[in-house]
Amino acid sequence: MTSVTVEDTRPIRKRPLSISRVVLHAFLIVTALLWLAPVAWAVFTSFRPYADTAKHGYVSIPRTLSISNYRNAWNQGDIPLHFWNSMIITIPAIVLILLFAASVAYVVSRFSFWFNVPLLIFFMAANLLPQQVIITPVYQMYLRIHLPTWLSSNGLMYDSFVGLIAINVAFQTGFCTFVLSNYMKTLPKSLTEAARVDGASVTRQFFGIILPLCKPAFAALAVLEFTWIYNDFFWAVVLMSSGDKRPITTSLANLSGQYFTDNNLIAAAAVLVALPTIMVFALLQRQFISGLTLGSTKE
Amino acid sequence: MATDIAPSAEVAGAHRTGRAVRLSARDKLALALMVGVPLVVVGGLIWFPTFASIFLSFTNWDGIGGITTAQWIGTENYNQVATIYPPFWPAVKHNLIWLAFLTLVATPFGLFLAYQLDKELRGSRFYQSVFFLPVVLSFAIIGFIVQLMYSPTQGLVNGLLGTNTDWLGDPSINLWAVLVLVGWRHAGYIMILYLAGLKAIDPSLREAARVDGAGEWHAFRTVIFPALRPINIVIVVVTVIEALRAFDIVYIVNKGRNGLELLSILVTNNIIGEASRIGYGSAIAVILIVVSIVPIIVFVWNSFQESEQA
Repeated sequence: MTSVTVEDTRPIRKRPLSISRVVLHAFLIVTALLWLAPVAWAVFTSFRPYADTAKHGYVSIPRTLSISNYRNAWNQGDIPLHFWNSMIITIPAIVLILLFAASVAYVVSRFSFWFNVPLLIFFMAANLLPQQVIITPVYQMYLRIHLPTWLSSNGLMYDSFVGLIAINVAFQTGFCTFVLSNYMKTLPKSLTEAARVDGASVTRQFFGIILPLCKPAFAALAVLEFTWIYNDFFWAVVLMSSGDKRPITTSLANLSGQYFTDNNLIAAAAVLVALPTIMVFALLQRQFISGLTLGSTKE
Repeated sequence: MATDIAPSAEVAGAHRTGRAVRLSARDKLALALMVGVPLVVVGGLIWFPTFASIFLSFTNWDGIGGITTAQWIGTENYNQVATIYPPFWPAVKHNLIWLAFLTLVATPFGLFLAYQLDKELRGSRFYQSVFFLPVVLSFAIIGFIVQLMYSPTQGLVNGLLGTNTDWLGDPSINLWAVLVLVGWRHAGYIMILYLAGLKAIDPSLREAARVDGAGEWHAFRTVIFPALRPINIVIVVVTVIEALRAFDIVYIVNKGRNGLELLSILVTNNIIGEASRIGYGSAIAVILIVVSIVPIIVFVWNSFQESEQA
């Protein structure tokens, strides 16, 4: 968690520590500790055996620590299966989102069609609607759209990986289109113009020239979309009914209150499920934040 | 911030002068597919259902037979939702409290953190990472953390305070208990957006304010905050949309009952389950559409204004 966040290139000047600086640091340290408390509490609880907390209470000095909760959560919660489900949904969705968004962004940023602005609005606004606004018709549609059985075991969009990938793609493409079209507008027009004079086709210009130049934006968006789709709860809750197909974020709900509420077990499961996003953030913080701020500011 | 990603912006407007180009049939087909496929996916799965929600809200369709069995009943669903559907007004109230809390507490706190961390400060990056951490957690995970913290006998809060309060079971306080952690996540998100905005402010503006001898608060209010105008609009939109979308966290805590009703929950309850009424669910969805259309228009309008200036 020590890598860079929002880049600050200004040199830190040595200056005597004023009273106000000391107060500010004290405030920030206290706030940071409070900020970490909920996560720290979950981690702490997750390492304590149930018997220990049952006997001594949760707010107590631990007599023993163990990873037994993790082992139980891993097995009882079928964590490997649900991780795999999450990947089956997340990775194809990201690839499709970036491909769709880049295609639309390319057309909008390289050609002057009359429909450029309405098209962008069409995509952008779709990403801003609350999900619940469309869920009733989507649910009814999914129950009526038939798929071949090699794509969906029950032959429907409902309760299938394809269905979840599709709704995530539809919902997220708008944001990426918006970011990528702004990004592509900053690429020199002369690049594709020269290729066009040489007789390169549209697809050739797109795949050969524009896409490679967009790598940094793709990296930022992929990191962001991974986190969002992995963290999705709503679509999977409504559009998936088989427990064994659910992605990890949704399957977690099964652990609570199955027999009785074992908070230690839940804590361990929550930490396990959060781990991939925390790791992505720790390793790729720069991409994560630039993706987020690219969508909100333009310079 | 974006500088490490965006190459120079000097040619941004150049495409506007691009003259009409002769395209081969193959190129035309390629362009049509590049726009057409995403258009069909987003149109079919987002915009068609949006209009279908509006249509269904005026019918009594039960979702069982074909759509042809739907009968037009005018505004009857809206009347009933507002008069004889008990959770409706509590949900409206909770969404408003949610929005007010984000707007008046979490967002200003995020701005405050960003402003402090924007000073030349030792350890600024460490603090940023800490405050941003909750943003990468899903609301579902935060729902579980809520339970770990507020559990009556096993929770951190009662353990520390020595109290016996049923934080999540008491409908007069559970919304506030949940909002504390919603704000925890929201403030970090807002902080990052504002930090990007603050970095973009012309340093000479700050210098001018400093030379003026203006007090810190005065300088912030008269110089810095007005200069943040473009990002302020984004923040307002983000805040409103987040408040309307709120769902996962209360669903995890108690499926959105007993003091935690939200409009999004009512829509969902009316699609699946025994008590489902598609008309009610759609009518509430339309209310969400009407409310969210304002920030959406503002956001879209604002972004195009900015790209005109670029």
